[in-house]
Amino acid sequence: MSTTFDLATTPLREVNAALHVEGLAGEYVVENPRGAHNVAVGLDAPVTVTIRGHVGYYAAGMNQRADVTIEGNAGTGVAENMMSGTVHVTGNASQSAGATGRGGLLVVDGDAAARCGISLKGLDIVVGGSIGHMSAFMAQRGRLVVRGDAGDALGDSIYEARLYVRGSVRSLGADCVAKEMRPEHREELAGLLKAACYEDDDPADYTRYGSARTLYHFHSDNTY
Amino acid sequence: MTATPEDRARRGLRESATFDRTTIAAIQRAAETGIYDIRGWGAKRALPHFDDLLFLGASMSRYPLEGYREKCGTDVVLGARNARFPLHLDIPVTIAGMSFGALSGRAKEALGRGASETGTSTTTGDGGMTPEERGHSKHLVYQYLPNRYGMNPDDLRRADAIEIVLGQGAKPGGGGMLLGQKVSERVAGMRDLPQGIDQRSASRHPDWTGPDDLTIKIAELREITDWEKPVYVKVGASRTYYDVKLAVHAGADVVVVDGMQGGTAATQEVFIEHVGIPTIAAIPQAVQALQELGVHKQPGGVQLIVSGGIRNGADVAKCLALGADAVAIGTAALIALGDNDPKYAAAYEALGSAPGFYDQYQAGQDPAGITTQDPELQKALDPVAGGRRVANFLRVLTMEAQTVARACGKAHVTHLEPEDLVALSIEAAAMARVPLAGTGWIPGQGTW
Ligand SMILES: Cc1cc2nc3c(=O)[nH]c(=O)nc-3n(C[C@H](O)[C@H](O)[C@H](O)COP(=O)(O)O)c2cc1C
Repeated sequence: MSTTFDLATTPLREVNAALHVEGLAGEYVVENPRGAHNVAVGLDAPVTVTIRGHVGYYAAGMNQRADVTIEGNAGTGVAENMMSGTVHVTGNASQSAGATGRGGLLVVDGDAAARCGISLKGLDIVVGGSIGHMSAFMAQRGRLVVRGDAGDALGDSIYEARLYVRGSVRSLGADCVAKEMRPEHREELAGLLKAACYEDDDPADYTRYGSARTLYHFHSDNTY
Repeated sequence: MTATPEDRARRGLRESATFDRTTIAAIQRAAETGIYDIRGWGAKRALPHFDDLLFLGASMSRYPLEGYREKCGTDVVLGARNARFPLHLDIPVTIAGMSFGALSGRAKEALGRGASETGTSTTTGDGGMTPEERGHSKHLVYQYLPNRYGMNPDDLRRADAIEIVLGQGAKPGGGGMLLGQKVSERVAGMRDLPQGIDQRSASRHPDWTGPDDLTIKIAELREITDWEKPVYVKVGASRTYYDVKLAVHAGADVVVVDGMQGGTAATQEVFIEHVGIPTIAAIPQAVQALQELGVHKQPGGVQLIVSGGIRNGADVAKCLALGADAVAIGTAALIALGDNDPKYAAAYEALGSAPGFYDQYQAGQDPAGITTQDPELQKALDPVAGGRRVANFLRVLTMEAQTVARACGKAHVTHLEPEDLVALSIEAAAMARVPLAGTGWIPGQGTW
């Protein structure tokens, strides 16, 4: 049994408030999102939420524990700063997908636009398609897997996040370099692909990228 | 024996006003190190400031209130526009956002204690919220910064208000930095960073750009917290008129404007001294924006908090008279805690500085135990005694502001108005938009 909210007739504020009720459990469906912003933000319960359609900005923002599926495309900042649980976008995601995310798993089956995983802080992101420019900018912790290609300036000023890209990378940002895929990295990647239901991919087809750590201390050659 | 200034003058030696000794030392330092100077504190150059404004006390044409006896209210309500739980503060002086990381845990605790004792708010900072700080702060404002270090929905729900930081007066357009000496294990853990690195943080928010996006971002924060908490927007003073208008359009309940004198924990010297506008120039711009939108000092309106170089109750009163609803203090609160105290003269000397000059907040070697993460140095600060000093200072600021307000015939400090002020210089008159003392002339507005 699931509970259904219809955003065509119920105000967003009521829907989010209902999803914030203490001790929430079970399955929820949100119908007719029609590109609404801030759908299912701030959840903190072991629930399943299915959003039937496209959403605007910040869907499932700051998610904790919930498993959220967006059956459609997501606007800017989907799952921004998520802490735990899973967020699954079946379509494409706009810019800043998973921005500053701190935990859990974000899967985008389609493409993700610019700044995917910007300021990443521990979240894992798996993108089925390609990602735009400035992705993983200043990414601190967490992992970003891209089954397609990456745009310009991947991983600019990256810290300790690990990036795995199967296709081409148009350019690397400051201080981001390709790194050796050691057995532990192949294993880590296989686990991430499996969690995102892409277990048929061969980790050997991917390249790992990370920080060269030359910008960790200010010095006169930091002309970036 | 070194020559005195008089000796040098007698010998006909003349120091250049353009290349003075500080300038020469800066050039020499740059030539030696090849890296720009990073320091704490705020702008050190002379700027048009509150000292360039005076109050017109009451006499015949205005009626004063009795000092001490007649009531002069000091309470303020912030953020009643949208929030279910606006902030009710007993005094109009708040503690500005200063990060755990820049400041020691003890300093944050002391600020919380001092603010709570006087019924006002304190604010987190770049490094997230610590349990000590939450525990000791009755009203805690949680900053939402571009770097989002430690940002999490639990702390958001624990906060009493949310402050979206776009910039600081010391560095409008610049991100934060925290040098490696201060990125201790705890600080690094809270920020998800490797220990000991020179941390530089973003100057732009990662998931929104521009006022239309900010509208959605504010709505998101309200949705996450069930519309309970006031949402502030903090800007460094530069294009203040436009920034305030856009912040209000985006849905801010409170706008915080920080002038260029505002303090910082670590910023490039060139940024501190050359970017932004003085506090007295920013306030009238902010007020004009709020007035044009019909939300200045209105029920359900938008409140204005001003900071940047506030040192005493006269400064507080001048901010309120120019149209602020409350003020925030950073540097002065640190001084109240013991920063730059002559009792640390020997320790400052050992660091190549002196009481009254110490601005190396970035270095983490603060003998006063305030701007350090060193467990030994931190012991110099007793958070209980420090809290009491901060509370004392906040009380003095409030009583001084009341003294001025009563002299101007006001039964509440926020009743002070621009009409109570005059300026000592043409610059200050033009910026603060009050007449030059003894004249009716406000440069740029009509003729004498
Ligand atoms: C040590 C220190 C740390 C600061 N950290 C922050 C911060 O984390 N976030 C922020 O918005 N402002 C920060 N500021 C600026 C203050 O919030 C405030 O705008 C400024 O100190 C006000 O000016 P004043 O120091 O002249 O009172 C910091 C200031 C100082 C002195």
